[in-house]
Amino acid sequence: MISVHHYLLLSAILFSIGTLGVLTRKNAIVIFMCIEVMLNSVNLTFIALSKHVGNMDGQIFVFFVMTVAAAEAAVGLALMIAFFKNKESIEVDDFNMLKW
Amino acid sequence: MDANLVQEAIQNVNFSAIMPSLVLSVFGMVLLLVSVFSQRGKTTPIAWLSFIALVITGIVTLSGWNNPQAGFAGSVLLDNFATFFNMICIIAAALTILMSDNYLKREGYPVGEYYALILFTTAGAMWMASGTDLMTIFLGLEVLSVSLYVLAGFFRDQTRSNEAGLKYFFLGAFSTGFLLYGVALLYGVTGTTKIHGIAEYVAANSAASSNIMFIAGGMLLLTGFLFKVAAAPFHMWTPDVYQGAPTPITAFMSAGPKAAAFAAFIRVTMVALESMQADITAVFWVLAVLTMTAGNFIALSQKDIKRMLAYSSISHAGYALVGLVAWNEIGYTGIMFYMLVYTFMNMGAFAVLVLIGKKGEDNLTVDGVKGMGYKRPVLAIALSIFLLSLMGMPPTAGFAGKFYIFAAAVKSGYIWLAVIGVLNSAVSLYYYLRVMVSMYFKDAEEDFSWAVMNTGTAISIVIAIAGVLLLGVLPGPVMEMAKLAGF
Repeated sequence: MISVHHYLLLSAILFSIGTLGVLTRKNAIVIFMCIEVMLNSVNLTFIALSKHVGNMDGQIFVFFVMTVAAAEAAVGLALMIAFFKNKESIEVDDFNMLKW
Repeated sequence: MDANLVQEAIQNVNFSAIMPSLVLSVFGMVLLLVSVFSQRGKTTPIAWLSFIALVITGIVTLSGWNNPQAGFAGSVLLDNFATFFNMICIIAAALTILMSDNYLKREGYPVGEYYALILFTTAGAMWMASGTDLMTIFLGLEVLSVSLYVLAGFFRDQTRSNEAGLKYFFLGAFSTGFLLYGVALLYGVTGTTKIHGIAEYVAANSAASSNIMFIAGGMLLLTGFLFKVAAAPFHMWTPDVYQGAPTPITAFMSAGPKAAAFAAFIRVTMVALESMQADITAVFWVLAVLTMTAGNFIALSQKDIKRMLAYSSISHAGYALVGLVAWNEIGYTGIMFYMLVYTFMNMGAFAVLVLIGKKGEDNLTVDGVKGMGYKRPVLAIALSIFLLSLMGMPPTAGFAGKFYIFAAAVKSGYIWLAVIGVLNSAVSLYYYLRVMVSMYFKDAEEDFSWAVMNTGTAISIVIAIAGVLLLGVLPGPVMEMAKLAGF
Protein backbone atom coordinates (compact mmCIF):
# COMPACT_ATOMS: atom_id res chain seq x y z
CA MET A 1 0.00 0.00 0.00
CA ILE A 2 1.45 3.36 -1.02
CA SER A 3 0.90 5.92 1.74
CA VAL A 4 1.44 9.68 1.83
CA HIS A 5 4.88 9.01 3.34
CA HIS A 6 6.05 7.35 0.17
CA TYR A 7 5.04 10.36 -1.86
CA LEU A 8 6.73 12.72 0.57
CA LEU A 9 9.90 10.64 0.48
CA LEU A 10 9.89 10.55 -3.32
CA SER A 11 9.37 14.30 -3.55
CA ALA A 12 12.10 14.95 -0.98
CA ILE A 13 14.50 12.82 -3.05
CA LEU A 14 13.51 14.64 -6.24
CA PHE A 15 13.95 18.01 -4.53
CA SER A 16 17.41 17.02 -3.35
CA ILE A 17 18.39 15.81 -6.82
CA GLY A 18 17.24 19.12 -8.25
CA THR A 19 19.13 21.13 -5.64
CA LEU A 20 22.32 19.13 -6.13
CA GLY A 21 22.00 19.52 -9.88
CA VAL A 22 21.70 23.31 -9.62
CA LEU A 23 24.77 23.42 -7.40
CA THR A 24 27.01 21.09 -9.45
CA ARG A 25 26.05 21.39 -13.13
CA LYS A 26 27.78 23.83 -15.48
CA ASN A 27 25.37 24.09 -18.38
CA ALA A 28 22.69 26.77 -17.99
CA ILE A 29 19.97 24.66 -19.61
CA VAL A 30 20.70 21.66 -17.39
CA ILE A 31 20.59 23.96 -14.36
CA PHE A 32 17.24 25.23 -15.54
CA MET A 33 15.99 21.63 -15.89
CA CYS A 34 17.12 20.96 -12.33
CA ILE A 35 15.11 23.96 -11.11
CA GLU A 36 12.09 22.52 -12.91
CA VAL A 37 12.66 19.19 -11.14
CA MET A 38 12.62 21.09 -7.83
CA LEU A 39 9.37 22.84 -8.71
CA ASN A 40 7.74 19.58 -9.82
CA SER A 41 8.79 17.81 -6.64
CA VAL A 42 7.01 20.64 -4.79
CA ASN A 43 3.94 19.99 -6.94
CA LEU A 44 4.04 16.32 -6.01
CA THR A 45 4.27 17.26 -2.33
CA PHE A 46 1.29 19.56 -2.68
CA ILE A 47 -0.88 16.96 -4.35
CA ALA A 48 0.02 14.18 -1.90
CA LEU A 49 -0.60 16.46 1.07
CA SER A 50 -3.82 17.80 -0.43
CA LYS A 51 -5.17 14.24 -0.49
CA HIS A 52 -3.79 13.69 3.01
CA VAL A 53 -5.30 16.78 4.72
CA GLY A 54 -8.48 16.50 2.69
CA ASN A 55 -8.94 19.89 1.03
CA MET A 56 -8.32 21.26 -2.45
CA ASP A 57 -6.05 24.21 -1.61
CA GLY A 58 -2.91 22.25 -2.40
CA GLN A 59 -4.13 21.17 -5.81
CA ILE A 60 -5.08 24.73 -6.70
CA PHE A 61 -1.62 25.85 -5.62
CA VAL A 62 -0.15 23.37 -8.11
CA PHE A 63 -1.93 25.10 -11.00
CA PHE A 64 -0.38 28.40 -9.96
CA VAL A 65 3.07 26.84 -9.64
CA MET A 66 2.77 25.37 -13.14
CA THR A 67 1.62 28.70 -14.61
CA VAL A 68 4.46 30.57 -12.95
CA ALA A 69 6.97 27.92 -14.05
CA ALA A 70 5.83 28.39 -17.64
CA ALA A 71 6.26 32.16 -17.40
CA GLU A 72 9.68 31.68 -15.86
CA ALA A 73 10.67 29.27 -18.62
CA ALA A 74 9.74 31.82 -21.28
CA VAL A 75 11.76 34.59 -19.65
CA GLY A 76 14.67 32.35 -18.70
CA LEU A 77 15.10 30.84 -22.16
CA ALA A 78 14.88 34.31 -23.72
CA LEU A 79 17.65 35.53 -21.43
CA MET A 80 19.76 32.49 -22.34
CA ILE A 81 19.29 33.15 -26.05
CA ALA A 82 20.33 36.80 -25.59
CA PHE A 83 23.43 35.67 -23.71
CA PHE A 84 24.23 33.02 -26.31
CA LYS A 85 24.04 35.59 -29.11
CA ASN A 86 26.75 37.64 -27.42
CA LYS A 87 29.01 34.95 -26.04
CA GLU A 88 28.30 31.84 -28.18
CA SER A 89 28.09 29.81 -24.99
CA ILE A 90 25.70 29.04 -22.16
CA GLU A 91 28.22 27.46 -19.80
CA VAL A 92 28.02 29.14 -16.40
CA ASP A 93 31.81 29.39 -16.36
CA ASP A 94 31.40 32.01 -19.08
CA PHE A 95 29.27 34.20 -16.79
CA ASN A 96 32.47 35.98 -15.88
CA MET A 97 32.05 39.65 -16.71
CA LEU A 98 30.90 40.60 -13.22
CA LYS A 99 33.18 39.79 -10.35
CA TRP A 100 35.37 41.58 -7.92
CA MET B 1 -22.48 23.68 -8.44
CA ASP B 2 -24.59 24.71 -5.48
CA ALA B 3 -26.14 28.15 -6.00
CA ASN B 4 -25.28 29.16 -2.43
CA LEU B 5 -21.62 28.38 -3.00
CA VAL B 6 -21.58 30.57 -6.09
CA GLN B 7 -23.30 33.33 -4.14
CA GLU B 8 -20.72 33.06 -1.38
CA ALA B 9 -17.84 33.09 -3.82
CA ILE B 10 -19.16 36.26 -5.46
CA GLN B 11 -19.57 37.96 -2.10
CA ASN B 12 -16.00 37.11 -1.25
CA VAL B 13 -14.72 39.04 -4.25
CA ASN B 14 -13.86 42.54 -3.11
CA PHE B 15 -12.15 44.55 -5.79
CA SER B 16 -11.40 47.46 -3.49
CA ALA B 17 -8.92 45.17 -1.71
CA ILE B 18 -6.79 44.99 -4.86
CA MET B 19 -7.73 48.34 -6.38
CA PRO B 20 -4.21 49.91 -6.40
CA SER B 21 -2.62 46.96 -8.15
CA LEU B 22 -5.62 46.65 -10.45
CA VAL B 23 -5.25 50.25 -11.59
CA LEU B 24 -1.54 49.72 -12.10
CA SER B 25 -1.98 46.51 -14.10
CA VAL B 26 -4.57 48.12 -16.39
CA PHE B 27 -2.24 51.06 -16.99
CA GLY B 28 0.60 48.62 -17.66
CA MET B 29 -1.41 46.88 -20.38
CA VAL B 30 -2.47 50.21 -21.88
CA LEU B 31 1.18 51.27 -21.98
CA LEU B 32 2.12 48.08 -23.81
CA LEU B 33 -0.52 48.83 -26.46
CA VAL B 34 0.54 52.48 -26.73
CA SER B 35 4.16 51.52 -27.18
CA VAL B 36 3.24 49.14 -29.99
CA PHE B 37 1.61 51.94 -31.97
CA SER B 38 4.01 54.75 -31.12
CA GLN B 39 7.05 55.57 -33.19
CA ARG B 40 10.23 53.79 -32.17
CA GLY B 41 12.54 55.99 -30.13
CA LYS B 42 9.78 58.36 -29.00
CA THR B 43 9.38 57.17 -25.43
CA THR B 44 9.09 60.45 -23.53
CA PRO B 45 5.25 60.49 -23.67
CA ILE B 46 5.19 56.87 -22.52
CA ALA B 47 7.47 57.68 -19.60
CA TRP B 48 5.23 60.55 -18.50
CA LEU B 49 2.10 58.43 -19.00
CA SER B 50 3.55 55.77 -16.70
CA PHE B 51 4.44 58.48 -14.19
CA ILE B 52 0.83 59.73 -14.27
CA ALA B 53 -0.33 56.13 -13.78
CA LEU B 54 1.78 55.94 -10.64
CA VAL B 55 0.44 59.26 -9.34
CA ILE B 56 -3.15 58.04 -9.84
CA THR B 57 -2.31 54.74 -8.14
CA GLY B 58 -0.75 56.69 -5.29
CA ILE B 59 -3.97 58.67 -4.81
CA VAL B 60 -6.04 55.46 -4.93
CA THR B 61 -3.69 53.83 -2.43
CA LEU B 62 -3.73 56.76 -0.01
CA SER B 63 -7.52 56.99 -0.15
CA GLY B 64 -7.57 53.50 1.38
CA TRP B 65 -5.69 54.66 4.49
CA ASN B 66 -7.55 53.73 7.70
CA ASN B 67 -10.10 51.83 5.62
CA PRO B 68 -8.89 48.21 5.65
CA GLN B 69 -10.38 45.98 2.98
CA ALA B 70 -10.28 42.20 3.04
CA GLY B 71 -11.25 40.18 0.03
CA PHE B 72 -11.02 36.96 -1.93
CA ALA B 73 -11.84 34.66 1.00
CA GLY B 74 -9.23 36.22 3.22
CA SER B 75 -6.30 35.93 0.84
CA VAL B 76 -5.85 39.70 0.42
CA LEU B 77 -5.92 42.28 3.18
CA LEU B 78 -5.33 45.90 2.21
CA ASP B 79 -4.71 47.32 5.67
CA ASN B 80 -2.59 50.30 6.69
CA PHE B 81 0.46 48.05 6.82
CA ALA B 82 0.02 47.08 3.18
CA THR B 83 -0.85 50.66 2.20
CA PHE B 84 2.36 51.95 3.75
CA PHE B 85 4.49 49.47 1.84
CA ASN B 86 2.46 50.07 -1.33
CA MET B 87 3.32 53.75 -1.08
CA ILE B 88 7.03 52.92 -0.73
CA CYS B 89 6.83 50.81 -3.90
CA ILE B 90 4.97 53.55 -5.77
CA ILE B 91 7.54 56.16 -4.74
CA ALA B 92 10.38 53.87 -5.79
CA ALA B 93 8.77 53.16 -9.16
CA ALA B 94 8.00 56.85 -9.77
CA LEU B 95 11.60 57.89 -9.03
CA THR B 96 12.86 55.09 -11.31
CA ILE B 97 10.69 56.21 -14.19
CA LEU B 98 11.73 59.84 -13.78
CA MET B 99 15.41 58.99 -14.07
CA SER B 100 14.98 56.44 -16.87
CA ASP B 101 13.96 58.35 -19.98
CA ASN B 102 17.25 60.09 -20.75
CA TYR B 103 19.22 57.11 -19.52
CA LEU B 104 17.52 54.73 -21.94
CA LYS B 105 18.13 57.11 -24.83
CA ARG B 106 21.80 57.45 -23.91
CA GLU B 107 22.26 53.69 -23.71
CA GLY B 108 20.34 53.19 -26.96
CA TYR B 109 17.25 51.30 -25.78
CA PRO B 110 14.36 53.75 -25.98
CA VAL B 111 11.49 51.26 -25.81
CA GLY B 112 8.12 51.44 -24.10
CA GLU B 113 7.98 47.91 -22.60
CA TYR B 114 10.45 49.05 -20.00
CA TYR B 115 7.87 51.30 -18.35
CA ALA B 116 5.11 48.70 -18.56
CA LEU B 117 7.41 46.17 -16.88
CA ILE B 118 8.13 48.61 -14.05
CA LEU B 119 4.39 49.01 -13.50
CA PHE B 120 3.89 45.23 -13.48
CA THR B 121 6.74 44.83 -11.01
CA THR B 122 5.09 47.38 -8.74
CA ALA B 123 1.73 45.60 -9.02
CA GLY B 124 3.43 42.34 -8.01
CA ALA B 125 5.09 44.09 -5.08
CA MET B 126 1.65 45.30 -3.97
CA TRP B 127 0.22 41.78 -4.01
CA MET B 128 3.14 40.71 -1.89
CA ALA B 129 2.59 43.49 0.64
CA SER B 130 -1.16 42.93 0.90
CA GLY B 131 -1.21 39.13 0.64
CA THR B 132 -2.38 37.19 3.67
CA ASP B 133 -2.34 33.85 1.89
CA LEU B 134 0.97 32.25 0.97
CA MET B 135 -0.55 31.70 -2.48
CA THR B 136 -1.09 35.44 -3.00
CA ILE B 137 2.36 36.23 -1.64
CA PHE B 138 3.90 33.65 -3.97
CA LEU B 139 2.06 35.01 -7.00
CA GLY B 140 3.02 38.59 -6.14
CA LEU B 141 6.61 37.54 -5.64
CA GLU B 142 6.70 35.84 -9.02
CA VAL B 143 5.03 38.68 -10.93
CA LEU B 144 7.62 40.96 -9.37
CA SER B 145 10.55 38.63 -10.00
CA VAL B 146 9.75 37.64 -13.57
CA SER B 147 9.39 41.30 -14.57
CA LEU B 148 12.64 42.11 -12.81
CA TYR B 149 14.51 39.28 -14.57
CA VAL B 150 13.60 40.94 -17.86
CA LEU B 151 14.46 44.42 -16.61
CA ALA B 152 17.84 43.31 -15.24
CA GLY B 153 18.72 41.77 -18.60
CA PHE B 154 17.10 44.57 -20.53
CA PHE B 155 20.13 45.71 -22.55
CA ARG B 156 20.23 42.59 -24.63
CA ASP B 157 23.31 43.50 -26.64
CA GLN B 158 25.39 44.12 -23.52
CA THR B 159 26.92 40.95 -22.12
CA ARG B 160 27.03 42.53 -18.69
CA SER B 161 23.29 43.09 -18.61
CA ASN B 162 22.61 39.58 -20.01
CA GLU B 163 24.75 38.12 -17.32
CA ALA B 164 22.99 40.09 -14.58
CA GLY B 165 19.59 38.96 -15.86
CA LEU B 166 20.63 35.31 -16.07
CA LYS B 167 22.25 35.26 -12.65
CA TYR B 168 19.21 36.90 -11.13
CA PHE B 169 16.95 34.46 -12.94
CA PHE B 170 18.79 31.33 -11.81
CA LEU B 171 19.18 32.33 -8.18
CA GLY B 172 15.67 33.78 -8.02
CA ALA B 173 14.09 30.60 -9.43
CA PHE B 174 16.28 28.47 -7.18
CA SER B 175 15.14 30.37 -4.08
CA THR B 176 11.52 30.15 -5.24
CA GLY B 177 11.92 26.38 -5.13
CA PHE B 178 12.88 26.55 -1.44
CA LEU B 179 10.08 28.96 -0.66
CA LEU B 180 7.51 26.72 -2.32
CA TYR B 181 8.74 23.57 -0.62
CA GLY B 182 8.39 25.40 2.69
CA VAL B 183 4.83 26.41 1.82
CA ALA B 184 4.02 22.81 0.88
CA LEU B 185 5.29 21.42 4.18
CA LEU B 186 3.45 24.06 6.23
CA TYR B 187 0.32 23.23 4.27
CA GLY B 188 0.79 19.54 5.04
CA VAL B 189 0.87 20.18 8.78
CA THR B 190 -1.82 22.86 9.08
CA GLY B 191 -4.07 22.11 6.09
CA THR B 192 -4.14 25.74 5.00
CA THR B 193 -1.96 28.28 3.21
CA LYS B 194 -3.54 31.34 4.84
CA ILE B 195 -1.10 32.89 7.26
CA HIS B 196 -3.77 33.63 9.87
CA GLY B 197 -5.12 30.11 9.39
CA ILE B 198 -1.66 28.68 10.09
CA ALA B 199 -1.38 30.79 13.26
CA GLU B 200 -4.84 29.66 14.43
CA TYR B 201 -4.08 26.01 13.77
CA VAL B 202 -0.82 26.18 15.75
CA ALA B 203 -2.58 28.02 18.60
CA ALA B 204 -5.21 25.26 18.75
CA ASN B 205 -2.76 22.35 18.35
CA SER B 206 0.37 23.21 20.28
CA ALA B 207 2.01 19.94 19.21
CA ALA B 208 2.21 21.30 15.66
CA SER B 209 4.91 23.83 16.51
CA SER B 210 7.34 21.07 17.47
CA ASN B 211 6.42 18.96 14.45
CA ILE B 212 9.56 18.44 12.38
CA MET B 213 7.64 19.07 9.16
CA PHE B 214 6.37 22.41 10.48
CA ILE B 215 9.85 23.52 11.56
CA ALA B 216 11.43 22.40 8.28
CA GLY B 217 8.66 24.13 6.33
CA GLY B 218 9.06 27.36 8.27
CA MET B 219 12.83 27.38 7.83
CA LEU B 220 12.61 26.66 4.08
CA LEU B 221 10.05 29.45 3.68
CA LEU B 222 12.30 31.87 5.55
CA THR B 223 15.27 30.79 3.41
CA GLY B 224 13.31 31.79 0.34
CA PHE B 225 12.58 35.21 1.81
CA LEU B 226 16.17 35.72 2.97
CA PHE B 227 17.27 35.13 -0.62
CA LYS B 228 14.89 37.83 -1.82
CA VAL B 229 15.97 40.46 0.71
CA ALA B 230 19.64 39.57 0.04
CA ALA B 231 20.63 38.62 3.58
CA ALA B 232 23.95 36.85 4.12
CA PRO B 233 24.72 34.02 3.46
CA PHE B 234 22.20 34.22 0.61
CA HIS B 235 23.50 37.51 -0.77
CA MET B 236 25.88 36.22 -3.46
CA TRP B 237 23.67 37.22 -6.38
CA THR B 238 23.23 40.84 -5.27
CA PRO B 239 26.55 42.48 -6.24
CA ASP B 240 26.65 40.89 -9.70
CA VAL B 241 23.03 41.65 -10.50
CA TYR B 242 23.16 45.20 -9.15
CA GLN B 243 26.33 45.97 -11.06
CA GLY B 244 25.21 44.52 -14.37
CA ALA B 245 21.60 45.73 -14.46
CA PRO B 246 20.66 49.12 -15.94
CA THR B 247 21.32 51.72 -13.21
CA PRO B 248 17.70 52.89 -12.67
CA ILE B 249 16.66 49.24 -12.35
CA THR B 250 19.39 48.65 -9.79
CA ALA B 251 18.01 51.58 -7.81
CA PHE B 252 14.49 50.21 -8.13
CA MET B 253 15.45 46.66 -7.14
CA SER B 254 17.22 47.82 -4.03
CA ALA B 255 14.21 49.85 -2.84
CA GLY B 256 10.73 48.86 -4.02
CA PRO B 257 10.82 45.07 -4.40
CA LYS B 258 13.01 44.77 -1.33
CA ALA B 259 10.47 46.72 0.73
CA ALA B 260 7.68 44.45 -0.55
CA ALA B 261 9.74 41.38 0.30
CA PHE B 262 10.22 42.75 3.81
CA ALA B 263 6.46 43.38 4.10
CA ALA B 264 5.62 39.76 3.32
CA PHE B 265 8.59 38.62 5.40
CA ILE B 266 7.34 40.53 8.48
CA ARG B 267 3.78 39.30 8.07
CA VAL B 268 4.75 35.67 7.57
CA THR B 269 7.31 35.61 10.37
CA MET B 270 5.33 37.52 12.97
CA VAL B 271 1.91 35.96 12.27
CA ALA B 272 2.24 32.51 10.72
CA LEU B 273 5.47 31.47 12.44
CA GLU B 274 4.90 33.22 15.75
CA SER B 275 5.16 29.92 17.60
CA MET B 276 8.78 29.62 16.44
CA GLN B 277 9.74 33.05 17.77
CA ALA B 278 12.56 31.83 20.04
CA ASP B 279 14.26 29.83 17.28
CA ILE B 280 13.75 32.45 14.61
CA THR B 281 15.16 35.32 16.66
CA ALA B 282 18.18 33.19 17.58
CA VAL B 283 18.87 32.43 13.91
CA PHE B 284 18.16 35.96 12.73
CA TRP B 285 20.45 37.43 15.39
CA VAL B 286 23.34 35.60 13.77
CA LEU B 287 22.16 36.36 10.23
CA ALA B 288 21.70 40.07 10.99
CA VAL B 289 25.26 40.31 12.30
CA LEU B 290 26.59 38.31 9.33
CA THR B 291 24.67 40.41 6.82
CA MET B 292 25.73 43.77 8.26
CA THR B 293 29.35 42.73 8.62
CA ALA B 294 29.71 40.96 5.28
CA GLY B 295 28.07 43.83 3.41
CA ASN B 296 30.15 46.55 5.04
CA PHE B 297 33.51 44.81 5.00
CA ILE B 298 33.36 43.63 1.40
CA ALA B 299 32.18 47.10 0.35
CA LEU B 300 35.45 48.51 1.71
CA SER B 301 37.47 47.01 -1.12
CA GLN B 302 35.14 47.91 -4.01
CA LYS B 303 36.19 50.30 -6.75
CA ASP B 304 33.01 50.29 -8.80
CA ILE B 305 30.44 52.59 -7.14
CA LYS B 306 27.43 50.55 -8.27
CA ARG B 307 28.99 47.41 -6.82
CA MET B 308 29.90 49.26 -3.64
CA LEU B 309 26.28 50.40 -3.27
CA ALA B 310 25.19 46.79 -3.85
CA TYR B 311 27.24 45.64 -0.87
CA SER B 312 25.95 48.62 1.08
CA SER B 313 22.40 47.52 0.28
CA ILE B 314 23.26 44.11 1.74
CA SER B 315 24.40 45.75 4.95
CA HIS B 316 21.22 47.86 5.04
CA ALA B 317 19.16 44.66 4.74
CA GLY B 318 21.12 43.56 7.80
CA TYR B 319 20.05 46.68 9.72
CA ALA B 320 16.44 45.98 8.78
CA LEU B 321 16.81 42.38 10.01
CA VAL B 322 17.80 43.81 13.40
CA GLY B 323 14.29 45.25 13.58
CA LEU B 324 12.88 41.79 12.93
CA VAL B 325 15.05 40.22 15.63
CA ALA B 326 13.67 42.75 18.12
CA TRP B 327 10.21 41.30 17.38
CA ASN B 328 8.26 44.21 18.86
CA GLU B 329 6.18 47.07 17.57
CA ILE B 330 9.06 49.54 17.30
CA GLY B 331 10.96 46.82 15.45
CA TYR B 332 8.59 46.42 12.55
CA THR B 333 7.51 50.06 12.44
CA GLY B 334 11.25 50.81 12.42
CA ILE B 335 11.66 48.55 9.38
CA MET B 336 8.77 50.30 7.63
CA PHE B 337 10.29 53.71 8.31
CA TYR B 338 13.75 52.51 7.32
CA MET B 339 12.52 51.09 4.02
CA LEU B 340 10.94 54.45 3.16
CA VAL B 341 14.09 56.33 4.12
CA TYR B 342 16.27 53.87 2.25
CA THR B 343 14.12 54.34 -0.86
CA PHE B 344 14.80 58.07 -0.85
CA MET B 345 18.51 57.99 -0.04
CA ASN B 346 19.51 55.05 -2.19
CA MET B 347 17.45 56.03 -5.21
CA GLY B 348 18.77 59.57 -4.92
CA ALA B 349 22.35 58.30 -4.98
CA PHE B 350 21.62 56.18 -8.03
CA ALA B 351 19.89 59.10 -9.76
CA VAL B 352 23.12 61.08 -9.49
CA LEU B 353 25.07 58.08 -10.80
CA VAL B 354 22.69 57.88 -13.77
CA LEU B 355 23.63 61.45 -14.66
CA ILE B 356 27.40 61.17 -14.26
CA GLY B 357 27.74 57.86 -16.12
CA LYS B 358 28.90 57.81 -19.73
CA LYS B 359 27.46 55.34 -22.23
CA GLY B 360 28.37 51.88 -20.98
CA GLU B 361 29.02 53.28 -17.49
CA ASP B 362 32.64 52.22 -17.21
CA ASN B 363 33.46 55.53 -15.52
CA LEU B 364 31.33 54.92 -12.44
CA THR B 365 34.29 54.13 -10.20
CA VAL B 366 35.68 55.86 -7.16
CA ASP B 367 38.47 57.28 -9.35
CA GLY B 368 35.99 58.20 -12.06
CA VAL B 369 34.37 60.92 -9.92
CA LYS B 370 37.69 62.67 -9.17
CA GLY B 371 37.23 66.39 -8.82
CA MET B 372 33.54 66.33 -9.59
CA GLY B 373 32.89 68.58 -6.59
CA TYR B 374 34.21 71.60 -8.51
CA LYS B 375 33.06 70.75 -12.01
CA ARG B 376 29.50 69.79 -11.11
CA PRO B 377 28.93 71.24 -7.62
CA VAL B 378 25.16 70.69 -7.47
CA LEU B 379 25.40 67.01 -8.37
CA ALA B 380 28.30 66.52 -5.97
CA ILE B 381 26.39 68.14 -3.09
CA ALA B 382 23.33 65.98 -3.85
CA LEU B 383 25.43 62.81 -3.91
CA SER B 384 27.14 63.88 -0.67
CA ILE B 385 23.77 64.33 1.07
CA PHE B 386 22.65 60.87 0.00
CA LEU B 387 25.94 59.28 1.07
CA LEU B 388 25.79 61.05 4.45
CA SER B 389 22.29 59.72 4.90
CA LEU B 390 23.40 56.20 3.97
CA MET B 391 26.12 56.52 6.61
CA GLY B 392 23.49 57.50 9.16
CA MET B 393 24.63 61.04 9.90
CA PRO B 394 22.21 63.38 11.68
CA PRO B 395 20.20 65.39 10.63
CA THR B 396 19.56 63.18 7.60
CA ALA B 397 16.86 60.54 7.52
CA GLY B 398 19.38 57.70 7.63
CA PHE B 399 20.14 58.62 11.23
CA ALA B 400 16.49 58.59 12.30
CA GLY B 401 15.93 55.25 10.55
CA LYS B 402 18.88 53.56 12.21
CA PHE B 403 17.97 55.13 15.55
CA TYR B 404 14.50 53.54 15.60
CA ILE B 405 15.80 50.13 14.57
CA PHE B 406 18.58 50.02 17.15
CA ALA B 407 16.22 51.42 19.80
CA ALA B 408 13.88 48.50 19.11
CA ALA B 409 16.76 46.05 19.55
CA VAL B 410 17.78 47.65 22.85
CA LYS B 411 14.19 47.62 24.07
CA SER B 412 13.98 43.87 23.51
CA GLY B 413 17.27 43.39 25.34
CA TYR B 414 19.53 42.80 22.32
CA ILE B 415 22.10 45.36 23.42
CA TRP B 416 25.05 43.62 21.79
CA LEU B 417 23.19 43.46 18.50
CA ALA B 418 22.66 47.23 18.63
CA VAL B 419 26.34 47.75 19.51
CA ILE B 420 27.46 45.60 16.57
CA GLY B 421 25.08 47.55 14.34
CA VAL B 422 26.50 50.89 15.41
CA LEU B 423 30.07 49.66 14.98
CA ASN B 424 29.11 48.49 11.50
CA SER B 425 27.81 51.95 10.67
CA ALA B 426 31.20 53.30 11.71
CA VAL B 427 32.92 50.89 9.32
CA SER B 428 30.62 52.03 6.53
CA LEU B 429 31.86 55.62 6.95
CA TYR B 430 35.09 54.63 5.25
CA TYR B 431 33.74 53.56 1.90
CA TYR B 432 31.08 56.27 1.65
CA LEU B 433 33.63 58.95 2.58
CA ARG B 434 36.07 57.58 0.01
CA VAL B 435 33.68 58.66 -2.75
CA MET B 436 33.33 62.12 -1.20
CA VAL B 437 37.09 62.48 -0.76
CA SER B 438 37.54 61.57 -4.42
CA MET B 439 34.96 64.17 -5.43
CA TYR B 440 36.33 67.05 -3.36
CA PHE B 441 40.00 66.44 -2.60
CA LYS B 442 41.35 65.03 -5.86
CA ASP B 443 42.19 67.01 -8.98
CA ALA B 444 39.77 66.66 -11.82
CA GLU B 445 41.02 64.73 -14.84
CA GLU B 446 37.87 65.25 -16.84
CA ASP B 447 35.45 68.11 -17.30
CA PHE B 448 32.20 66.14 -16.75
CA SER B 449 30.69 67.98 -19.72
CA TRP B 450 28.38 65.01 -20.35
CA ALA B 451 26.77 65.23 -16.92
CA VAL B 452 23.91 67.53 -17.84
CA MET B 453 20.73 67.75 -15.76
CA ASN B 454 17.45 66.84 -17.41
CA THR B 455 13.93 67.46 -16.14
CA GLY B 456 13.04 63.93 -15.05
CA THR B 457 16.25 63.16 -13.20
CA ALA B 458 16.29 66.63 -11.63
CA ILE B 459 12.78 66.08 -10.26
CA SER B 460 13.72 62.68 -8.86
CA ILE B 461 16.85 64.09 -7.19
CA VAL B 462 14.84 66.97 -5.68
CA ILE B 463 12.16 64.59 -4.37
CA ALA B 464 14.81 62.32 -2.90
CA ILE B 465 16.65 65.21 -1.18
CA ALA B 466 13.36 66.54 0.20
CA GLY B 467 12.53 63.06 1.52
CA VAL B 468 15.95 62.57 3.10
CA LEU B 469 16.00 65.96 4.83
CA LEU B 470 12.33 66.13 5.86
CA LEU B 471 12.29 62.61 7.30
CA GLY B 472 15.57 63.37 9.04
CA VAL B 473 14.39 66.58 10.71
CA LEU B 474 10.76 65.59 11.26
CA PRO B 475 10.51 61.80 11.47
CA GLY B 476 7.54 62.04 13.88
CA PRO B 477 4.52 62.20 11.55
CA VAL B 478 5.65 59.34 9.32
CA MET B 479 6.64 57.28 12.33
CA GLU B 480 3.15 57.86 13.75
CA MET B 481 1.70 56.64 10.47
CA ALA B 482 3.84 53.52 10.66
CA LYS B 483 2.63 52.92 14.22
CA LEU B 484 -0.99 53.17 13.06
CA ALA B 485 -0.19 50.53 10.50
CA GLY B 486 -0.10 47.58 12.85
CA PHE B 487 -1.48 44.32 11.54
